[in-house]
Amino acid sequence: MEPILRVKDIHKSFDGTGVLKGVSLEIHEGEVVVIIGPSGCGKSTLLRCINGLERIDRGEILLRDRRISGLEKDMHLVRQKIGMVFQSYDLFPHMKVMDNLLLGPTKALKRSREETEAEAMQMLSRVGLADKAQALPRTLSGGQKQRVALVRAMLMHPELLLLDEITAALDPEMVSEVLNVVIDLAEEGMTMAIVTHEMRFAEAVADRVLFMEDGVIAEEGGPEEFFREPRTERARQFLQSFTYASARKKEKADSGNPGSGKIR
Amino acid sequence: MDWGFIGSHITDYTAGAWVTLRFGLYGVICSLVLGLLCCLARYFRVPVLKSIAHGYIELARNTPLLVQLFFLYAGLPRVGIRLSAEACAVIGLTFLGGAYMSEAFRSGLESVDKSQREAGECLGLTRAQNIRYVLLPQALATAVPALFANVIFLIKETSMFSVLAMMDLMNVADTLRTSGGHTVEVLFMLAAAYLVLLLPVSLAATLTERRLRYAGFGNQRTV
Repeated sequence: MEPILRVKDIHKSFDGTGVLKGVSLEIHEGEVVVIIGPSGCGKSTLLRCINGLERIDRGEILLRDRRISGLEKDMHLVRQKIGMVFQSYDLFPHMKVMDNLLLGPTKALKRSREETEAEAMQMLSRVGLADKAQALPRTLSGGQKQRVALVRAMLMHPELLLLDEITAALDPEMVSEVLNVVIDLAEEGMTMAIVTHEMRFAEAVADRVLFMEDGVIAEEGGPEEFFREPRTERARQFLQSFTYASARKKEKADSGNPGSGKIR
Repeated sequence: MDWGFIGSHITDYTAGAWVTLRFGLYGVICSLVLGLLCCLARYFRVPVLKSIAHGYIELARNTPLLVQLFFLYAGLPRVGIRLSAEACAVIGLTFLGGAYMSEAFRSGLESVDKSQREAGECLGLTRAQNIRYVLLPQALATAVPALFANVIFLIKETSMFSVLAMMDLMNVADTLRTSGGHTVEVLFMLAAAYLVLLLPVSLAATLTERRLRYAGFGNQRTV
């Protein structure tokens, strides 16, 4: 089957510093690709290049057979097919939740207000926010804002959804209410590219995991193999940084040594 | 104070106030349009246009209106362009005001988080739609105090129109003063007339600011 998205050997640098150094990937319809890696490895830049928020220096990005370079005059037509949600929610603060949701479909896609409003209400209730339709964004919690942002992107009926660390700014107890929405979307067959630092979520949602390091994809695999037995040493180290040795265990082990327990 | 003198010349002042207000408002409206266009050219870094806008703004802000008016009224006829005093007045005020309005709009636009622009772009909005629905409403909330300050400033600058021999408030007062005595009354009425014109503008500014504050979008603003 033809992939929805094809990224071929793209390069991108900022002020002479290479951020993407030859990245290639394909995403098929209904597939969920999770991109992980240390900060600064280029994963957010990769997503931003995919919908043309950054221009690529070299290489090629194709959404079906449409080229994306970030230079096109009709870039907005491509972006209508690619949804994106950011870490900072970026709801429009001067508009009520419902107007946030309707702006794209009614202005960019010229869909009728009534029809879109009905769909928006339905999606709001699915994410548990039916009572917030007339609220201003500033009255919502972070988790609620991010769910609205997801609904806003989905109402455009995108072919591909890009999620850039969407829970990174949330208090821990709000993370799952947002990620559960994403898992529902994945079950419904939404095609997604997700950058995240939530490893348990990554494992649960991914069809395929890409590990990026220093501007290239260093490892690629199914979630089970990747999280259980990463092939590269660098990926192993990265995954280990999410686990902690118990402080108390260490105390016990150290207790035999004279002088332990003192601050060095 | 000679109240009789004041009473008998009040119609001169209302005529002058009308000239001041009318040409002041024309200038303000044209300034807002010119300012917005220049500001957008700079904000979106439109090639060539952004440099022209920048150059124009520096030229307009750093030369006095008096000099600009002289240039339009006395300079241009030398190269064969003859404009009426009224046209010179509106063009001159717009030339000066556009620069100030552009900077006021820009302060508003720059205060809107860049991610708002990207969020609009990600929804597939065209640039014009993004400006109209996402960026400008938020920019205006920040820019309103500066925009109103410019309106008041520009209406006061109309006092320069007297060099074009237009019978605005300033020229009415000057004429009365030089035609004999009553300096105190003449200046008292002049100040009073400007106050009557401009206090409502100040009041409107305060009310608009207060409304925007209570409407509070919640970005960079605690409610």
